[in-house]
Amino acid sequence: MMMITIKGIGESLQVFVLEQDWNTAYPSLLEALSEQSEFFQGARIALNVDSIDLDLEDIQVLIEELSGRDIHLRAIYSTSEITFGSAAQLGIAHSLPSEQLNNGDEPCFDTELRGEEAIFLQRTLRSGQSIHYPGHVIILGDVNPGSEIIAGGNVIIWGRLRGTVHAGATGNADAIVCALDLSPTQLRIGSYIAVSPGRRKKIKPEVVRLHNGQLVAEEWQESRRN
Amino acid sequence: MAAEILTITSGKGGVGKTTATANLGVALASKGKKVVCIDADIGLRNLDVVMGLENRIVYDLVDVVEGRCRLRQAMIKDKRLQDLYLIPAAQTRDKTAVSPQDMVTLTNELRDEFDWILIDSPAGIERGFRNALAPADMVVIVTNPEVSAVRDADRIIGIIEAEEKGPGKLLLNRMKPEMIERGDMLSTDDILDVLAIDLIGIIPEDESVIVASNRGIPVALETKTLAGKAYNNIALRLLGNEVPFEILQYKDGFMHKLSRLVRLGGTR
Repeated sequence: MMMITIKGIGESLQVFVLEQDWNTAYPSLLEALSEQSEFFQGARIALNVDSIDLDLEDIQVLIEELSGRDIHLRAIYSTSEITFGSAAQLGIAHSLPSEQLNNGDEPCFDTELRGEEAIFLQRTLRSGQSIHYPGHVIILGDVNPGSEIIAGGNVIIWGRLRGTVHAGATGNADAIVCALDLSPTQLRIGSYIAVSPGRRKKIKPEVVRLHNGQLVAEEWQESRRN
Repeated sequence: MAAEILTITSGKGGVGKTTATANLGVALASKGKKVVCIDADIGLRNLDVVMGLENRIVYDLVDVVEGRCRLRQAMIKDKRLQDLYLIPAAQTRDKTAVSPQDMVTLTNELRDEFDWILIDSPAGIERGFRNALAPADMVVIVTNPEVSAVRDADRIIGIIEAEEKGPGKLLLNRMKPEMIERGDMLSTDDILDVLAIDLIGIIPEDESVIVASNRGIPVALETKTLAGKAYNNIALRLLGNEVPFEILQYKDGFMHKLSRLVRLGGTR
């Protein structure tokens, strides 16, 4: 059974620990984080440990381990009063998970068409800002140089892409990146990397996908079938 | 008379924050306002030098914060203008000597006495910048038409927006119209395209700024210079006047004004 699951909830990345024994759960957690180390690098995560009791030392050891992997622990959610207290003492955001525990439920759609999880942001990402999300990322705005998006799914930018984007970061080579103005500092899909070929004169909407082991940018055409 | 607290910052070093603080102070004071400039760059103080007041420093910002003197004792009056004062930074300490809360407490003491409090922020995004930002009502971000400066300015604007002090106003410093025309320099539009905040002023590249700095006579006192005129225009805009943007060029000894319609970048 899956001991560790990762979900994007609202705007944050939550890691759920389903195993009730921290001694077993902790190594599994580290293993899960190691398997997708690139995705988690630089990420801010919230940890949901349900009813596991964590004392001060447990949390401190965890934080140290995480910061060695460049992962920042944003919050701890738990129903355990001990964990609650330890987190409070260390100044980490904490609360009762309530709605966050329904990790098995699919979101309700009023249609038989199956959709996928995505996060939508209506803003421009400025230098130094980053988004880590296991699903698709949709931005209505620009992605400025010095900002980054690391998504498990596709990345759609209704604006200018000038920063760094990594689509399919959890190992999905079918992911795509779309932008109205494709001028990324660096673009990755799965484990392939490409840089912009240089300043082109005409700005046009483009899609990037992996084709025969190469990242290819194509102009978006209405008649194009997908 | 509750003062407006304006923090001048940039991210990148050397783009013209200190020069801007000194000159905006002079320009506002020359229009009859009561102004105090505070140098928050502890350990690397420069505002006193640019204003030509370094010989008169007895007490500094850190002395005030650590209780060795009263606030008044650290304030140096600029004799050239009616109501312009400087609180210098300390040179022998560093930015950990002052906290953001210290800056808020200090500026609150000054609010009733002055019309404008200008804070010269150090470069960077760490403690010194946080100190300078803490009391701000308004932030001016100084940048040069140069990619690294713009990148850093974007970072700063992001931080300011996150701290709810945003979006700030942009001051473009060291513009060279000839280079822009040749396509060798970022234009105002190129920069506003990325930064997307309102423009408060454009200062052209002008040798008289360096000369003035070395003499300790802020260029805003010389309204016949390009930079001096531009700083005075910014002061007028800060005071609520509508002054059209111009890129001023020296041409055949005359001031040749190129009027440009500059698109104001709004926040998105």
